[in-house]
Amino acid sequence: MIGLTHYLVVAAILFALGVLGIIANRKNLIVMLMAVELILLSVNLNLVAFSAFLHDMVGQVFAMFVLTVAAGEAAIGLAILVIYFRSRGTIAVDDVNRMKG
Amino acid sequence: MNASLLMTLPELVLAAGAILLMLVSAWGGQTSTRGVSIAAVAVLVGAGVALAGPAGAGGEAWDGLYRADSFAAFAKILIFAASAVAIILAPGFFERTAGDNLRPEYPVLILLSAAGMSMMVSANDLLVLYVGLELQSLAAYVLASFMRRDTRSAEAGLKYFVLGALASGILLYGISLVYGFSGSTLFPQIADAYAGPRSLGLTFGLVFVFAGLAFKMGAVPFHMWTPDVYEGAPTPVTALFASAQKVAAIVIAVRVAVAAMGPVTEEWYPIVIFASLASIFLGAVGAIGQTNIKRLLAYSSINNVGFALVGLAAGTQQGVASVLVYLAVYVVMTLGSFLVVLQMRDADGQQVESIASLSGMSRTRPGLAFALMMFMFSLAGIPPLFGFYPKLAIFNAAVDAGLFPLAVAAVVGSVVGAYYYLRVVKTMFFDEPGEVFRPVENPVEGGLIAVAAVLVSPLGYLAIPLLTVWTTTAAKALF
Repeated sequence: MIGLTHYLVVAAILFALGVLGIIANRKNLIVMLMAVELILLSVNLNLVAFSAFLHDMVGQVFAMFVLTVAAGEAAIGLAILVIYFRSRGTIAVDDVNRMKG
Repeated sequence: MNASLLMTLPELVLAAGAILLMLVSAWGGQTSTRGVSIAAVAVLVGAGVALAGPAGAGGEAWDGLYRADSFAAFAKILIFAASAVAIILAPGFFERTAGDNLRPEYPVLILLSAAGMSMMVSANDLLVLYVGLELQSLAAYVLASFMRRDTRSAEAGLKYFVLGALASGILLYGISLVYGFSGSTLFPQIADAYAGPRSLGLTFGLVFVFAGLAFKMGAVPFHMWTPDVYEGAPTPVTALFASAQKVAAIVIAVRVAVAAMGPVTEEWYPIVIFASLASIFLGAVGAIGQTNIKRLLAYSSINNVGFALVGLAAGTQQGVASVLVYLAVYVVMTLGSFLVVLQMRDADGQQVESIASLSGMSRTRPGLAFALMMFMFSLAGIPPLFGFYPKLAIFNAAVDAGLFPLAVAAVVGSVVGAYYYLRVVKTMFFDEPGEVFRPVENPVEGGLIAVAAVLVSPLGYLAIPLLTVWTTTAAKALF
């Protein structure tokens, strides 16, 4: 029987992978956007699992909101990425260094 | 239902105004910029006026999801005022940028951001908090990268987006844990759950929520985005980030700490104390080597967040009131400093941002130099300027709550911080004059600088009784 703990562990692993994808990733900015999505999905998994476990609808409503916001966030992220690519001609993480200090 | 609508009137005005103006700007294109800007300021004023009704102190709305109390109203007034200033400043700034014009979308985005911040400070539920925060952030990401031809602006937007999204993710993970282990997203019920038996899940949730909020307010150790974003973003947008956004993030952190996690003060205590001391010292030390005035002000904002958190660490009603006093005065000082930064442009009208270019300004532009000196001394907390009073209120609250070591360390930090503010003043008054700045052509900007300078001057002390009564009522609404 798969219980709440299993879901929480999977979500925690996904969350950790997402955070690592942002912090440890030195190659590509698109990968960072994917990592952000991974974090949001791990949260959704958490919310839905809790919602089912608590027999409470709030978690599922929350998950719908998170999905919506995630879509908007991805759209804005890609738009900014396009502006950046136009002016710099690269999306490598190591090149994002015009400002330092 | 109707009562709830009235209590959310400021947000409704802002949202409806933003949508309407978005249509106008899509229809009218570039030519509508001026009209949309004026209308946007009018919408902000309207939202401020709406606070005089039930929205100012009406209590709970929408079945407790939302709280329209005087605590939120105080923050909202600061947020609306700072947003209006950010719109008013924009035409003068974008005139001087090569190729990037002010577009009518700019005031619309500021309105949306203000609506988000306004929702956020009134949140009495984690879902409302999250949606408000995201509305505010999504508009802010676009604003940061508003100068599309400028590589620094695009880079600022990109960095802000990636780190902001990470912060939202961390906050959201905390929210999901708090929801799961307390069984509710409403602040009062979460407080009940925290008052009950200890659970590891709740503690983890608390840590993640505070980490996410610290990110949004730019407190150490989650401050690394601040200098880069502040430097790259267009200056009026930076002014908005440094004022309204900080207010919203700190105020909601205070509300979460007191209203939702009040029963476990001893659990968030160490986090807040660490963040405040680290912010004060890192903000002070990091600013020393800076050559760009916007970066310097970014570190100054980190430093100031640290002081505001000292008041939260006190955890008392007096502490919360002192945080509000601090934020009110901080907003005036910061906006004043950015107004002066906007005046820095060379003979061709191009924006200059290096501190060295301020040299000898006391002789070439005495009025401007004097105003910036007042803001710098005030930010450093040197009496008799008004910036001294909120620091005093904060330290008083900390001492009354028995936090002597924290208060002493914060005073030491403020002395260290005074160094870089004084360096700016020294550059202006004792260095040989360099290039001469173009005189102010914009009477509105000149007038706003004068108003801000009068408010931080010793005349500001006249406002203390009013400020005290107001912030005390506001803090009472929270406890």
